[in-house]
Amino acid sequence: MDDAARADTFYAHVSGGGKVEPDDWMPDDYRAAVLKFVEMHANSELMGVLPEREWILRAPTLRRKLALTSKVQDEVGHAQLLYRVAEDLGKSREQMLQDLIAGKTKFHNVFHYPTRSWADVGIIAWLVDAAAIVSQQALRDSSYAPYARTMKKICWEESVHIMHGRDVVLTLMNGTDAQRASVQDALDRWWGPLMQMHGPPTNPETDRDLIWKIKAKGNEQLRQEFLSIYVPRIRELGLVIPDPALAYDDEAGRWAYTEPDWDELRSVVTGHGPKSQERLEFRRDARATTQWVRDAIIGPVGTAAA
Amino acid sequence: MRDKAGPHDRVWEVFRQEAEGDPMIHGGSVKAPDEELATHYAREFYGRRQESQRLWIVPRDAITELDDPDLLKPPFDRSFKRPGGFLIKHKLEAARERAGSPQVDEVAE
Repeated sequence: MDDAARADTFYAHVSGGGKVEPDDWMPDDYRAAVLKFVEMHANSELMGVLPEREWILRAPTLRRKLALTSKVQDEVGHAQLLYRVAEDLGKSREQMLQDLIAGKTKFHNVFHYPTRSWADVGIIAWLVDAAAIVSQQALRDSSYAPYARTMKKICWEESVHIMHGRDVVLTLMNGTDAQRASVQDALDRWWGPLMQMHGPPTNPETDRDLIWKIKAKGNEQLRQEFLSIYVPRIRELGLVIPDPALAYDDEAGRWAYTEPDWDELRSVVTGHGPKSQERLEFRRDARATTQWVRDAIIGPVGTAAA
Repeated sequence: MRDKAGPHDRVWEVFRQEAEGDPMIHGGSVKAPDEELATHYAREFYGRRQESQRLWIVPRDAITELDDPDLLKPPFDRSFKRPGGFLIKHKLEAARERAGSPQVDEVAE
């Protein structure tokens, strides 16, 4: 069988719900697409801890501090698991980390913004993690089996974070007027990035990630699922979602909303967000100051790959 | 199995047992230069929520894989190897009738 015929057989296999293991033959296009997808996910887990890390020392109680520290540790653990999945596709962890801090690869839009108050920590852990888990649950059906298996473990841990975040928000909403206002303020600032997070709708006829079942659901479907679950849960607390056009359209069977700012999304994920450069700089510093540990354990990079 | 890593940076497959007596189930893999560090990583990634009773940490290159469908899923009729391959309902009814025994429902074997 020549490579073209092999590729046809392969694509029919994945499009029909078949799974792929690391040692299976796969076309270069598929390998590159899975690698790009998983690498971006891993980058996001690693960069995603920085906005929350800033609040560990300022957490209001010891229990909150423990929960937040544990969440940060989880997310770094997720990055480790995902870089491991990506490594098996042929790119070294070292290269992925170098590309990340050089700004060559991306991470999710929501991690390019500042965390201004403790309420931001609650809104991030509740709603950003909720928007993420909607897409991560769909990734448990990914055609790339090691990724799908890893997502099962990750989803289980993320569900803890959502409860932690919701608990933070509920505590503030039961507090003083100033505390309640801080939640509304955080929601006002985070709603735009949240609506952009799943990305613009893609054409299911041409979206290769979808056709090859690397991801199981389209961007718009994920956003609709997020809105269906979380809009009622936000509104029942007396919070106001800052989008007057947001309403469920019974006839169309979907949520209508103000078009998210896709220019902002493109600008932010290409390193032009309010905190993009500062956070990348933090990673560069951290990598430089911990280099001696990696050198001591695995030897200077480059000599290990004998 | 193929492993592109060098000798100082091995891939270790991690298997977990959730409760005493359960089978060991593949959890994922870690990369580490030696057994000691692999064990620490495995503990951090697969055991820090008290979700594992036991871990097996195995170098990937020590695993022999067999996934040849010609050997594992041969296209021959193997139904005689499974209880469902024997359809006795009507034969049993006929035999009972010949013996004059009543027809009763049995608990599945």
